[in-house]
Amino acid sequence: MHELSISSAIVETVIRHARGRRVNTVHLQVGTLRQVVPESLDFYFGVASRETICEGAELDVKLVGALMRCKRCGREWDPAPEPLHSGDPEAALPRFRCPGCEAAGAEVLAGNDLLIDSIDVETLPVAAGNGGSNGRDPRDALRGR
Amino acid sequence: MHQTKVKVAEDALDANTTIATANRADFDRAGVAVVNLMSAPGAGKTMLLERVLAERGDLRVGVLEGDVQGSIDADRLSALHVPVVQINTDSGFGGECHLDANMVRSALADLKLADLDLLVVENVGNLVCPAEFRIGEDAKVMICSVTEGEDKPLKYPLMFRSCELVVINKTDLLPHLDFDVELLVANIDRVNPEATVLQLSARSGEGVERFREWLFGVADRAGVAPGPVAGA
Repeated sequence: MHELSISSAIVETVIRHARGRRVNTVHLQVGTLRQVVPESLDFYFGVASRETICEGAELDVKLVGALMRCKRCGREWDPAPEPLHSGDPEAALPRFRCPGCEAAGAEVLAGNDLLIDSIDVETLPVAAGNGGSNGRDPRDALRGR
Repeated sequence: MHQTKVKVAEDALDANTTIATANRADFDRAGVAVVNLMSAPGAGKTMLLERVLAERGDLRVGVLEGDVQGSIDADRLSALHVPVVQINTDSGFGGECHLDANMVRSALADLKLADLDLLVVENVGNLVCPAEFRIGEDAKVMICSVTEGEDKPLKYPLMFRSCELVVINKTDLLPHLDFDVELLVANIDRVNPEATVLQLSARSGEGVERFREWLFGVADRAGVAPGPVAGA
């Protein structure tokens, strides 16, 4: 269900960068630790982009696998579960404790991504307007202070 | 049809992070520590806060209350004579299911930060979206209750991983339930081995004192001493 919140954030960000030009494709990198369901993201992006310059744009989602590194022994591993049908129920469970030395402290090397890498836009802008956003970058509130 | 590629290289939640950082700076200036309290609906956030804030000594605590609609929880906490500000999220797209940095920021005008040592933000009951949106907090804590199922950490790892403290509430119900607390603790350890886990019952009061110690201890993390910033 967080796909709706994320889609709205994507649309607002893309509109800011598109500068009035119609958006054809949004290239997105999503880490598997973000628990984003691509089909769901696709659906909500369609909803959130209605009546904006993003309407009808294709969402090109590239999934980035997860990788952890133990701060104690340096071991690197993928904490994300194997597909459930692997036959081994233990293997299907996530594991964020180091499988080598059992230490708890580990850093995430990859898998937290929610990156809008690039967008493909029409070269010429559509008729003047604000792109269909509410016209505000929420950060404007900071500049006025 | 000519097409141009525009490099963006921006995290989708960057706008939120920028505002969270500004909130953080305001909290630091005022010497307030902030705790983001999250859980599924009905896990007992408000009742635990009622319990804890009833005995707060001279610690100055305020509450930001996030709900989709209504002020039922805010009214309950106001009865304890703590400053409470209600944020209703139903003006968002179909009712936002979480608080974001901007909603918190807009509510700060109604709170005298300088008069507080600790601000508790009671987020909208939801185990998914609140984990995504930073608000400028010092610590994130979540409550899960023994009526929710031992598998919740495996289903909502993002939430469990985002918190430094996980409270297991409603332990007074354990004799009546077919619930394996050890399995829940093991599942929390699978997704967030660094989390501190506290078991308690807000209803009976058992274990609440340890949570109070933890919560009030966060006040010591406030960025700077209260009072005006030198040279500012």
